[in-house]
Amino acid sequence: MTEAVASGPASRQRASRRQPPAALLVLALIGPLIVLLPLAFTLFEAARVDGAEAVELLARPLVGELLVNTIGLVLAATVAAATIGTAAAWLVERTDLPGYRAWGVLAAVPLAVPPFVSSYAWVSLSPGLQDFAGAWLVVTCSYYPLVYLPVAAALRGLDPALEETARSLGCGGCACFRSVVLPQLRPALLGGMLLVALNVLVEFGAFALLRFRTFTTELYAEYRTGFDGPGASLLAAVLLLLCLACLFAEVKVRGGAGYARLGRGVRRRAARLKLGLTTLPALAGFAALAMTTLGVPLGMIAYWLTQHGAAAISPAEASVSLLIDATISSLWLGLSGAAVTVALALPLGFVAVRYQSRFVTLLERMAYLAQGVPGIVVALALISLTIRAAYPLYQTTPLLIAAYAIVFLPLALVSVRAALSQAQRGLEEAGRSLGLGWAAVAWRVLLPLIGPGLGAAAALVFVSIVTELTATLLLAPIGTQTLATQVWADTSTLAFAAAAPYAALMMALSLLSTWLLARRFAATRFVS
Amino acid sequence: MPLVPSHTLRPARSIYVAVCAAFLVSLALRPAAAADAATLTLYSAQHHQMVDQLTQSFTKETGIPVRVHSGEAPEIANQIAQEGARSPADVYFTENSPELTLLDEKGLLAKIDPTTLAQVPAKYSAADGKWVGVLARENVLAFNPAMIRENQLPASLMDLAKPTWKGKVAIAPSDADFLPLVQAVVALKGKAAAMDWLKGLKQNAQVFSDDEGVVAAVDRGAVATGIINNYYWARLRTEEGVDKLHSQIHHFANGDVGGLINVSGAAVLASSKNPEAAQRFVAYLVSKPVQTMLGKGDIDFEYPLAKGVAPNPLLKPFSELQPPQISMAQLGDDRQAAQLLRQAGLI
Repeated sequence: MTEAVASGPASRQRASRRQPPAALLVLALIGPLIVLLPLAFTLFEAARVDGAEAVELLARPLVGELLVNTIGLVLAATVAAATIGTAAAWLVERTDLPGYRAWGVLAAVPLAVPPFVSSYAWVSLSPGLQDFAGAWLVVTCSYYPLVYLPVAAALRGLDPALEETARSLGCGGCACFRSVVLPQLRPALLGGMLLVALNVLVEFGAFALLRFRTFTTELYAEYRTGFDGPGASLLAAVLLLLCLACLFAEVKVRGGAGYARLGRGVRRRAARLKLGLTTLPALAGFAALAMTTLGVPLGMIAYWLTQHGAAAISPAEASVSLLIDATISSLWLGLSGAAVTVALALPLGFVAVRYQSRFVTLLERMAYLAQGVPGIVVALALISLTIRAAYPLYQTTPLLIAAYAIVFLPLALVSVRAALSQAQRGLEEAGRSLGLGWAAVAWRVLLPLIGPGLGAAAALVFVSIVTELTATLLLAPIGTQTLATQVWADTSTLAFAAAAPYAALMMALSLLSTWLLARRFAATRFVS
Repeated sequence: MPLVPSHTLRPARSIYVAVCAAFLVSLALRPAAAADAATLTLYSAQHHQMVDQLTQSFTKETGIPVRVHSGEAPEIANQIAQEGARSPADVYFTENSPELTLLDEKGLLAKIDPTTLAQVPAKYSAADGKWVGVLARENVLAFNPAMIRENQLPASLMDLAKPTWKGKVAIAPSDADFLPLVQAVVALKGKAAAMDWLKGLKQNAQVFSDDEGVVAAVDRGAVATGIINNYYWARLRTEEGVDKLHSQIHHFANGDVGGLINVSGAAVLASSKNPEAAQRFVAYLVSKPVQTMLGKGDIDFEYPLAKGVAPNPLLKPFSELQPPQISMAQLGDDRQAAQLLRQAGLI
């Protein structure tokens, strides 16, 4: 097969059997291959460690402590996020809570606040909020929207008939929620919880600032005391396995149980429950949630902006230029990273939508594996790889952008794939039959159809890169500072006032892009 | 959406145009990442606020632009060792001497100009003249007076390993400042005693990832005492304000190993493609005006090593310190210390 859009109606019947053109397949392969690179390298390096040494390194008491810390926090944060997320979703979707629309938006916005920024806010508010309690608070605040958004969407989609039947059969309110609503929410809830767990496992910046030791912070400590030793690759391999286990569980939950509605006709909206006397506590709860997740981070940034940090800042006249430099670096990296990531996702998404086959599905799954590879593992693997085998790439911007592409490929792929599956094949064929070449079809038919989807993908990746810390910290070329690395450098040396302008600009960029996106797309599109 | 009326596409296109424009503008404004011949590349493990101040004033004075790569001291040292002759670094400016000794052992450093070395008392620089001491810090014990009385504080650092100190001391074993301390214990008390001490600390200590974490924990009352360099306490005091501070520092006296002086030094890489500018930068670091600026300012709280320069008044006068008698050569590189820490289960 030599042409992408081959021929007439006969082949449409066998659309799923067609082979993609070789050139397209090669382009589609790049993404999954660069995702596999750090993953395979880390496991290879870990496997190369001498057996006895590996046992000695892994059986250290420290590894046990890290496992307890990490798994304990993952469990606590997941349960807390599930509780808060489900309660908030139910109140917003199913009750007459005054101002439920506004609360619904406020409940989703914390996703735009990177955890290391909220930990900066909490640490600078009170140094007492460190260790487990602080870490628990910060990650729960940052990640509960990952439960809230899918559960809210699921609640919107439920057929109220089932609940009404249960109630009419004498089921009380709570019993009805437990035995009828909750089982239907299970896929959304479990999927959200596993996403929370995955994010807590790979989180680095927040824990480092909160002085809470997990696998990621210890990996960084190993790197700091030895740059590139066998200990780091073993710890990385353990972390990687934990993440991949979470990822597979998530895929299983998402692909598994579904509660489809078989009845015909239009579904009614569920009646909103009258809260009555519980209105006030519910409102107070939402206000406290908004205060904790948004009020404190934004408030603390505003507070530190007005403070002169005596020991904090470099000579005053120079800090403005540093601020501008950091902003431009962040923007530039965000834009080029988004362009590269979407460019890698596009051929893969196209092949996945138009040429379904086992091989193509495998490619797609390989790309999604990146979700389970922590940024710190990617960064460390890329440093080791380039210093040993590709020195010209070492400490360069392209390497950093490659790291972004690896980490954020799944994010871009979800949006790109969704856009492509909405673009009807028939329109392209019509274009071809009217005499357009494939390039003209791509430019004049396909691109206008999938343009908004690509834009959304690029915007999501852009926001994620601007607020990304780990890979940027480890891979930024000499002399390159971004907003995120400046916040990090100042906060980790307790120079809170110096960090504030960078944190403020980063939050502004993040909130602005999120707002633009949310205006164009439904809020549920944020959850991959 | 099977067919999209063309007017709905317009906002999307204007967004693309805006994004492309932003891209081009930021591309044009992008700070030059590549080094040209005249740019000095500094690998720094010193505090970045101070390094920013130094590099800016150096560039202003000499016209030589400086680009900085920052990291933790052993990380950068190992990085330079791995990069070898290909290293882009011209100068390495770091917090402690062992990293410099490590690079010296590997033959990666060039000789420092004799006039530069002459600025600083010889005992704070490398015996072979391959690196120069710039600043010094004192190792101290931070304590929270609400949790422990001053007369209960230990006379020796070694006491902290005794069972009575269980749960009462915080340490940051993965901080670059802790490694020289372990090395000093090895040099003065022997390897076996050092191992016992570390095992005792493993039982007694709350572990943090860096000295900032230790001093903050002591200050908020999470732990009674913490081993830190004096810099971090002065730093916290300045940032939080004297009236909000809940901690004080205890100086180890009578030459106890706990009163170790850590020397922050600088070296020129043998592989530097820009040795003249590199030597000039190192000379600049120990010059009187710069040392005076560092001593006076509220950015760095270390003792300037240049002869006749007064330190920050917040610090105990350098002449009143009673550090252990130990040479830079005895402190050696960090490798043995890191190994012991691993064996003791602290890192």
